Amino acid sequence: MPQQVPRLLAVLAIAAGALLLARRLLIPETFGDLGHYRAAALDTIAARPIKFAGRQACAACHGAVDAKRVAGNHRGVACEICHGPAAAHAAAPMAGKPEIRRERALCLLCHAFNPSRPTGFPQVDSLTHNARIPCMTCHQPHAPEPPVTPRECSACHGGIARQKAVSHHATLPCTTCHEAPETHRQDPRSVRPTKPTARAFCGGCHSGMPEGGVIPQIDLQRHGQPYLCWQCHYPHHPEAGT
Amino acid sequence: MSDQGIDRRAFVGDLVAACLAAGGPVLLGMVRVAAAQGVGAGAYDPSAHDYGIGIDIAKCIGCARCVAACKAENDVPMEPHYFNTWIERYVLRTDGTVDVDSPNGGLDGFGPIESEGDVLRTFFVPKLCNHCANPPCVQVCPVGATFQSPDGVVLVDDSYCIGCRYCIQACPYGARYLHPEKHVAAKCTFCYHRLVKGLVPACVEVCPTGARVFGEVEKRATPLARFMRFNDIQVLKPNLNTKPKAYYANLDGEVR
Repeated sequence: MPQQVPRLLAVLAIAAGALLLARRLLIPETFGDLGHYRAAALDTIAARPIKFAGRQACAACHGAVDAKRVAGNHRGVACEICHGPAAAHAAAPMAGKPEIRRERALCLLCHAFNPSRPTGFPQVDSLTHNARIPCMTCHQPHAPEPPVTPRECSACHGGIARQKAVSHHATLPCTTCHEAPETHRQDPRSVRPTKPTARAFCGGCHSGMPEGGVIPQIDLQRHGQPYLCWQCHYPHHPEAGT
Repeated sequence: MSDQGIDRRAFVGDLVAACLAAGGPVLLGMVRVAAAQGVGAGAYDPSAHDYGIGIDIAKCIGCARCVAACKAENDVPMEPHYFNTWIERYVLRTDGTVDVDSPNGGLDGFGPIESEGDVLRTFFVPKLCNHCANPPCVQVCPVGATFQSPDGVVLVDDSYCIGCRYCIQACPYGARYLHPEKHVAAKCTFCYHRLVKGLVPACVEVCPTGARVFGEVEKRATPLARFMRFNDIQVLKPNLNTKPKAYYANLDGEVR
């Protein structure tokens, strides 16, 4: 054997050993097990914590509310859209509660009018549609329905009913202010419903409550004497925003 | 040589012996059997799945609850420009121009449309990683930090990414960004951590109108298959041969 061959073999062996050592040190564990990547990364990514528990998790405890939701118009709306991510609450129900948001802004995220939204999706103009009143005053968030006028009134008084439906008085049924005897329907002209005849009637809501609430407050003694309230304010559509 | 106490022949001999001693275990290690993975070992079998998502443009109301849920679920930075999914508003005008905007991904809502008179059509388009079956981002990664999982999800190995941004440039859909704190590429994972637990991605969970449908490609008994049977399906930029797995229904031809 020529003298250079063993030397060459030795050098090749050293190079191969160095290569193997470098591979061992530089290529991470599990690299190439499944493809040209670290297979252990799958486990790391899969082990991330979840934040949204999913509506089935909510229904396990809150079955009654969920049954109402799946039967109503919000059947496709997951609990955690409005109540926020609740995986922590699902894991430890007593440790903390998901938020309950009552402000208009939450509903308007979906229901504010936007021309880009699909035709037919229920939308409102937030400035003219009962501004300042929380949506849940009229609409049940778990099974929302458009507010309905009593059929027995709207058949004849539809114009008033529609006007009232978009006013600050939308939530008040007709019977809050009017008493309609049963015979009014048979003989509407001779048997009339009652109307409020005293300032104190409106004052029941608009006077004597703390200032700063949703309902505007006035001092009955000094405001607008000696007139009846409805002589200046139209009760089916009282002034918006003032 | 002799004054150093060792001659060349002896030195080379020792070196070869040392190399064999060090390399032996390495050689043995190279023939080790691929270890069973935690993901593969449990009840969840990644190779049994091939995930895709369906998006119905005609149902999207642009509420961006998906964007908010995604940011919460995946700890995406809240400041603008970092989105795993986002909503674009398309405004097609009668003169043929198309305006596209996505203020803060749609999270803060969309302002009024300028000069509404000449609007021909307007709609929202949710965007996210298309989890391409033929992903350009995976091809360009120089270290193998981004990859396609056995269940067809394109993922990023946080601890292995060197932050070179090649994948961000390679993605034709703009679905990737450099995470400002981790300094690695980040993107939609189809909420992989939820999939392995049998849950759907957070964006699909919270979509109030059912505009997002999650399921498996090439399987009949899955919501996505039904979605694809009942709708005319298009994908984004089909000419690039990326074979996207985000399937759009009622997609306008103007959407890029």
